[in-house]
Amino acid sequence: MPMSHEPRKNRVIVSVLGQDRVGIIAAVAQILSTHNINILDISQTIMQKLFTMILIADMENSDIDLATLKELLHDKGKELGLKIDVQHEDIFRFMHRI
Amino acid sequence: MLTMQEILETIKMVQEEHLDIRTITMGISIRDCAHENPKIATQKIYDKITRLARRLVPVGEELEREFGIPIVNKRISVTPIALVAEASKTDDYFMFAETLDKAAAEVGVNFIGGFSALVHKGFTSGDLYLINSIPQALSATERVCASVNVATSKAGINMDAVHRMGEVIKETALLSADRDGLGCAKLVVFANVPEDNPFMAGAFHGVGEPDCVINTGVSGPGVVKRAVEKSQDSDFGTLAEIIKKTAFKITRMGELIGREAAARLNVPFGIVDVSLAPTPAIGDSVAEILEAMGLERCGAHGTTAALALLNDAVKKGGLMASSYVGGLSGAFIPVSEDEGMIRAVEAGALSLDKLEAMTCVCSVGLDMIAVPGETSAETIAAIIADEAAIGVINHKTTAVRIIPAPGKGVGDYVEFGGLLGRAPVMSTSSFSSALFVLRGGRIPAPLHSLKN
Repeated sequence: MPMSHEPRKNRVIVSVLGQDRVGIIAAVAQILSTHNINILDISQTIMQKLFTMILIADMENSDIDLATLKELLHDKGKELGLKIDVQHEDIFRFMHRI
Repeated sequence: MLTMQEILETIKMVQEEHLDIRTITMGISIRDCAHENPKIATQKIYDKITRLARRLVPVGEELEREFGIPIVNKRISVTPIALVAEASKTDDYFMFAETLDKAAAEVGVNFIGGFSALVHKGFTSGDLYLINSIPQALSATERVCASVNVATSKAGINMDAVHRMGEVIKETALLSADRDGLGCAKLVVFANVPEDNPFMAGAFHGVGEPDCVINTGVSGPGVVKRAVEKSQDSDFGTLAEIIKKTAFKITRMGELIGREAAARLNVPFGIVDVSLAPTPAIGDSVAEILEAMGLERCGAHGTTAALALLNDAVKKGGLMASSYVGGLSGAFIPVSEDEGMIRAVEAGALSLDKLEAMTCVCSVGLDMIAVPGETSAETIAAIIADEAAIGVINHKTTAVRIIPAPGKGVGDYVEFGGLLGRAPVMSTSSFSSALFVLRGGRIPAPLHSLKN
């Protein structure tokens, strides 16, 4: 990969950490679909008794920007008692791929 | 595709191990602001800084949100003021410090570096005026940082400058006595100063730099500490390998954010400074990395070797991760900003002498060290001379940022708050160095061959 600052603009990573409960994936997926954000991959596990979900999504055709999505997910997280965050994929790609 | 483990590792680094971008520093050349009328010169400086750095803080905050990594400081460095102010018909450079302070406040940065002079071989009149203005500049402004380079491996050590800086440090401490000598925390005396360092208080924009540039400084002692803790059974080769890999990952963040910031601000990207910069936060400590390697307390015999391994591995890992590494790049060992160092001093494990030895193998020098208020200017100058000698002979950067805490003695504390932290007052030698320092002149440059 060239050391360019041209990011693949649209891919984001949603992370959810907290107590497992009914409807987490549904709640996140609903926000994403409402704003036309496509889910590319989803995986979840229980780590040290903590529910952990990682979701990769494509914001190519999204009608909101990353900052707005971040706010929506934060609010939903508060409502469900979870920590939900979204970050640009580049931060992970840059760290782990040469 | 990224694995879940990789994604979680990154999230953990930020959330639990204090990984952050310590600073995005915009370097601005103000060489074109020189004018014989100091009022015009300062107006030009103010205009240029506020024009170029106007979007620095908003862009930094935007990147924080998008990438989910904290960017702790957004800062500015400028051309050493002595070089610019010299053209003005005035011998009072305080107004230049005031201008920098105002410009920094206007664009919302917490520190601006470059109230500086390069005097390793001798003084010009502008250098002298600047140095004379330092005590007032640092006590009467909030954001201005000063630095003076007194030695290089090519020129030797300007002992007149070293002596003068001993006096300046004393004056600065007295003028900011109501805040435990806080002014001295914003003053660095260098040997072999780098011209692209993004870290305060020693940042300035060197003369070989472009008009405007973005440099980043990464941090992450907490991440390295966790990695070292997890490898208790590994030998030194494996340990170095683990630190290298961790430094690589940390540096990649600096590279990404630096390039992104530069692109968005439409200025060239300069360098990533690969440094482990501790903060007073629990777990964000370089001393604790050394202790995790197997030392009971930082400062015990073996500390210099442990720090050498750490510093070298950090550089090696960082170099591969970025196209341009520069600045100071290594481990910082400030006392007041590092909870583990403070504990080591309190326990009697870490002395000024051991810190001096550690500076032979780390990236900077005696940093954020409080000494008794009654310490003489000559003793402080002698401490600077020792550090400069280490830098000059070993072809590395060394620096002294020392606070002779007014009215305080060994066992007392100075409290600066925030990232500057707090420091126990440490003892210095009770024997005088005055006759040595007062000789004056320049210690010749060292031999560059026949090294043993």
